[in-house]
Amino acid sequence: MTTTTPERATRPLLRAVRIDRRYLPVLGTLAVLALMLVIGGTRYDNFLTPIVYSNLFINNAHLIALAVGMTFVILTGGIDLSVGSVLALSTVIIAALLQAGWPVAVVLPVAVLTGSLIGLAHGVMIQVFGVQPFVATLAGMFFARGLCFVIAPESIPIDDPAFTALAGWDSWLGHFRTTAAVVIALAVVAIGFVVLHYTRFGRTVYAVGGGEHSAMLMGLAVSRTKVLAYVVSGTCAALGGLLFAMGNRSGYALNGVAMELDAIAAVVIGGTLLTGGTGFVLGSLLGVLTLGTIQTVIQFEGNLSSWWTKIVIGVLLLVFVVLQRALSLRKT
Amino acid sequence: MRQALRHHLFWPVAALVVLVVANTVAKPSFLQVTVTDGHLFGAPVDILRAAAPLLLIALGMTLVIATRGIDLSVGAVVAVSGAVALEYISASPDPGSPVTVLVAVAIALGLSLLLGLWNGFLVTVLGIQPIIATLILMTAGRGVAMLITGGFITTVTSEPYKGLNSGFFLGLPTAIWIAVGLFAVVAVVVRRTALGMLLEATGINPAASRLAGVRSRTLTWTVYAAAGLLAGLAGILVSADTMAADANNAGIFIELDAILAVVIGGTALSGGKFNLSGTFAGVLVIATLERTVTVLGISPHVTPLFMALVVVTVTLLQSPRVRERFAVAALRRRPAGPDGAAADDGGAVEPPSGDGSGAGTEPASDAVAGPEAHEGATLQAPTDEREVTR
Repeated sequence: MTTTTPERATRPLLRAVRIDRRYLPVLGTLAVLALMLVIGGTRYDNFLTPIVYSNLFINNAHLIALAVGMTFVILTGGIDLSVGSVLALSTVIIAALLQAGWPVAVVLPVAVLTGSLIGLAHGVMIQVFGVQPFVATLAGMFFARGLCFVIAPESIPIDDPAFTALAGWDSWLGHFRTTAAVVIALAVVAIGFVVLHYTRFGRTVYAVGGGEHSAMLMGLAVSRTKVLAYVVSGTCAALGGLLFAMGNRSGYALNGVAMELDAIAAVVIGGTLLTGGTGFVLGSLLGVLTLGTIQTVIQFEGNLSSWWTKIVIGVLLLVFVVLQRALSLRKT
Repeated sequence: MRQALRHHLFWPVAALVVLVVANTVAKPSFLQVTVTDGHLFGAPVDILRAAAPLLLIALGMTLVIATRGIDLSVGAVVAVSGAVALEYISASPDPGSPVTVLVAVAIALGLSLLLGLWNGFLVTVLGIQPIIATLILMTAGRGVAMLITGGFITTVTSEPYKGLNSGFFLGLPTAIWIAVGLFAVVAVVVRRTALGMLLEATGINPAASRLAGVRSRTLTWTVYAAAGLLAGLAGILVSADTMAADANNAGIFIELDAILAVVIGGTALSGGKFNLSGTFAGVLVIATLERTVTVLGISPHVTPLFMALVVVTVTLLQSPRVRERFAVAALRRRPAGPDGAAADDGGAVEPPSGDGSGAGTEPASDAVAGPEAHEGATLQAPTDEREVTR
């Protein structure tokens, strides 16, 4: 009797609108984001201003990069818990090497490649040795965090002129301010989008997430794709570290603690199903912006304490997950 | 030797032995336990006491993982439970009275049970993936704990409450009695009744077990409620240790430690067969590791690095691929081996050791391993089926 109850409980939710059902979660995120902006705009002066939007991107540039990488992994049906620690490791490596006098042109690739390497290790553990993604990336999370403290237990300031010049570069598009970090983050989104939708690798990612066994029977390179997805995530996490270091001009081992949860939350709010196979990079971008807007609203509210952020994010997660659940039940 | 290598307790116990040896080499008095005023003191007692909250949480986590779930919210529940108990005590007119403490504990446990039920509701009734369902409470829970404490770290002085953790009973700290006692009770209840088998059935194949008449939904819901309750109790132990309700840091990352303990203990995150004795060993490994790092004079910040090493080593050694290698290597050494199946069949990685040859050396809590292995063998078939049809 219990087998059929959930299916029976489904009722036609959206009959009238004929939109591709895949886009519904993303459109939901967009609606929530728009609603929050409108509510914010009516409640506070100076909320709907270019500077607020610009800061939304500037403050969350690193999270955007993390969320893009996380989207790849979650699309294959996996998860990556290490991104927060890899971000910290990347900031520490950048700061430590710059302090040691290495040129920027060497330091940045080294930091980013470290992330790719950690991602590769995850992929190999998961694909070759059959370790659960949750456990493998958890080990990676501990490893990267521990390594940070081995390299530098204290916060290292970055005063390399070339790096500060890069971090300080900004440009005004009308009243919107963009920094180098935002440009890089948006480039990551664009590359992620193109790779996912217009390359063989991207389509295989969707196929693997949709049904690993079917993908294998179709002759797709399942193993390579899954390993690559973790490499992408590790690379994006290290890039996130670069963006974070550009924002903070320092490297610190305690950066990005629990940031993997923000990244996962952003991806889920952005409409990607944790079971894999459904979701969009642009949705994850919207998810990050939604999280950022919650924080902005709570800052504008002033008398609300910061812990309300956590509660609101939790509630929002709940709403989206239940919504997605209803949609996916309708599909089956 | 091959039998021992295959046993699920081998690698966690080996890791534990290595850690203890390393400690004893670095500090010869490590294993020494002294008796002062009729109380036991020493590093082993300390480790057990510090491990008590983790033990409770890992116990609940094992049961949740057995049903193919996961509970990320336990750390947040630890914070909420401690916050509620201490807020109640600090607001009461008589913080030192046992009645106040009893009421505080009851309220905290009741709330934790509710939170566990909430997780179970999301997972079973709404059918949300366990990771996400519990991620919601993991995120929101700490916010709620902050709300309860008003953003402050509430500290109280209440002897009876403090006694819940560091008081002594029959020579051992109360926390050890609570955690180990509860662990033993749950282990007996789960393994001496059909409950454990039903949980495994639910985890191995929910649909099949439901068709076979197992009330998997009720079971799963119960397990999440139990995990919440155990996390609440752990929260009381944690807050009784520090006598402060720190909404931000109480029980932080304890869910990850608990999951690690379960995995080190040989229970797969994919659900099904679970080893409570393995979890116990896993908790001891993690607790001893934390102590080792201090004993060896390494900065505690570097602990995660060693944790990662242990996890990677143990999970790789437990991975089917590596075990297959072991089996193949053993076969090569004995060309006339009768069980040729091990070489070509992944399913034979865990052969049904129904002959019970390893049972003699196993601890009491695992006395049922013989029939359990049998169940595992018969229930393994649907697992493979599932993987093919998915």
